[in-house]
Amino acid sequence: MKVCTVWVEARVKIKELALSRGERALVAGLSLTLVGGDAVALVGPNGSGKTSLLRVLAGLAEPTAGDLTVSMQGADADLPRNALVHLGGHQDGLKGALTVRDNLEFWIAYFGGAGLSISKALDQLGVGHLVDLPAAILSQGQKRRVALARLLVAPRPIWLLDEPTAALDTASTARFLTLVEAHRRAGGIVVAATHTSLDLSNLKTLDLGDYPAHRQDGEQTVKDAESYWLESEPL
Amino acid sequence: MSAFRALIARDVRLATRVGGGALTGTLFFLAVIVTIPFGVGPDLNLLSRIGPAIMWIGALLATLIGLERLFQSDKDDGALDLLRLTDSPVSNFVIAKVIAHWLGSSLPLVLVTPLLSLLLALEPRAILALTATLAVGTPALSFLGAVGAALAVTLRRGALLMAVIILPFSIPVLIFGVAATRAAIVDPDPFWPPFALLTATSLIYAVIGTLGAAATLKIGDG
Amino acid sequence: MGILDYANPTRVLRFSRAVKPWFLGLGLITLAVGLYGAFFTAPADYQQGETIRIMYLHVPMAWLAMMAYSMMALSAIGTLGFKHPMADVSAKALAPIGATFTAICLITGSLWGKPMWNTWWVWDARLTSVLILFLVYLGIIALWQAIEEPIKAGKVTAIITLVGAINLPIIKFSVDWWYTLHQPASVFRVDGPTIYPAMLYPLLICAVGFTLVFFYLHFAAMENELKRRRIRAMQMRAARRVAPEQTTLPQGSTA
Repeated sequence: MKVCTVWVEARVKIKELALSRGERALVAGLSLTLVGGDAVALVGPNGSGKTSLLRVLAGLAEPTAGDLTVSMQGADADLPRNALVHLGGHQDGLKGALTVRDNLEFWIAYFGGAGLSISKALDQLGVGHLVDLPAAILSQGQKRRVALARLLVAPRPIWLLDEPTAALDTASTARFLTLVEAHRRAGGIVVAATHTSLDLSNLKTLDLGDYPAHRQDGEQTVKDAESYWLESEPL
Repeated sequence: MSAFRALIARDVRLATRVGGGALTGTLFFLAVIVTIPFGVGPDLNLLSRIGPAIMWIGALLATLIGLERLFQSDKDDGALDLLRLTDSPVSNFVIAKVIAHWLGSSLPLVLVTPLLSLLLALEPRAILALTATLAVGTPALSFLGAVGAALAVTLRRGALLMAVIILPFSIPVLIFGVAATRAAIVDPDPFWPPFALLTATSLIYAVIGTLGAAATLKIGDG
Repeated sequence: MGILDYANPTRVLRFSRAVKPWFLGLGLITLAVGLYGAFFTAPADYQQGETIRIMYLHVPMAWLAMMAYSMMALSAIGTLGFKHPMADVSAKALAPIGATFTAICLITGSLWGKPMWNTWWVWDARLTSVLILFLVYLGIIALWQAIEEPIKAGKVTAIITLVGAINLPIIKFSVDWWYTLHQPASVFRVDGPTIYPAMLYPLLICAVGFTLVFFYLHFAAMENELKRRRIRAMQMRAARRVAPEQTTLPQGSTA
């Protein structure tokens, strides 16, 4: 099992990052550096900002403070972080009216893919036999695996996974984790928000609960919109 | 560029598949055109006089109502996030989606216009003018509607609100479109000035609509 | 974060409380002078008679309706370009005031038109443009109401406000064009340089008076909005403070 692409100096650098959702600060003072081969499990209670962090890493949202760089060397060195990451899990992004092949072909054309062929990628996830079926009739677990095949057909160095194994059975989870390991060996980086433990070697754990924007006594470590409105004189 | 074309191809394909609803807009258009004579009476002289206006209002409503889900289905299945994972700006995929929507929904509407015009007793000159103005003017409505569609994603149930906000902005398109068509019926009225203004409006709205929709999508998602 | 410290609510509130009475007082005095001129010293129109006096209310309302929208567009730039929360507050406070002034402009226009045109409404180019402006205002107010979260509401509304700011001149142009195309036989216009100084001065004084009152209303509405946001923030904080205590509660069933 191998992924032919090798990533040179893939790197995620987070410095003093603060995140908020809506008016409320969630995370403050988060610093982290990831290099090729690293895998991080993002843990923390619901609403602690796991998904928000993934979205910020993907360039879909901006942090409220701090620096964030996602970079790699080579031909694609100048690309913004949107173009260096894959977002997997949570929602599948499949169109029910199209076949599995048509779905993946679209993402290859859209992302620009030089990865595995569609049939090979599906085989590795154990869903090769579904290639000509419309995505609408697949089960939840099958859909998730087809969606994860997107990570293989259009290779990118950083995988951001949101509960990737939630809809998968034990065998599929094992297959997927093998692919994650192969991606790491090729110099890729994996950040996975998860409630369950992932059976990966040298897995780092990042507990967002360790970087709270609000301390136990209710005091805030960073300002947010909420505290801004509370600054006005009492009524 | 190939990403751009791939997105257009995918959306046109989805529109024509089961549940795509490409023809629903055209059917709505047909239903509006057929219903109005029952309201104003079967007088062919009257119908041919207000025919261009009926056709234009039908096209306006069909386009705006049809656009509500422009981004919604991609939002529902998570594809909207994935579509932003490229190095090209959000406005690129807004343009691609609007073009695809126009090809799938507005172009059929333009194509059936000559046929429906016969129901309203329009003369050949008027039919030609009407078809031309709809072909040039509907893109303006699609781009304006894209702003509303982006709002609809942010608001979840924003369909009616979208119409409330977008309809006033579509008035210039209606004015120039109907005026150019009337010119083909009422002789002294000139055709080209309103037609040129309609084209200009389309171009301006393409810019405003794209930027507005892209900005709204980024905020609604962020 | 730096920008959030820039103009904090306390400073804005303090400033607003200090200047608000001055705007109201000066505005009412100016209006008293202007309206006295409008009703007692300005002559009646040789064609329209006493109905011309509606002008002293109608025309300032039309000006202020447009000024309110311009200020809303500037606030929108503040929201999107500088991410300043106070710009949101300003924009949100302006929308209902602008809509009200636009509505007064429409109603007085209609009242003025009744004796002139013998009908409550004509699709005159000016009135029609103001009617569309009113629709845009209503749409923006509806949008403010539709989004729960103030920051997102502010940004989305700012975009629509700017789209409107670019569109309104286009709409105005198209409506003027449409009106000349369908020009009816008798046209009645209030504008033009032919207005007598005896009418112009009261009109200008009224305009200044209404503008001062307008700013008073804007400050008052901004104060209210600041309070509303403060209440919301306090509620959200209160909601979180209750949560940890409740985990120790479920033992009442045994009692």
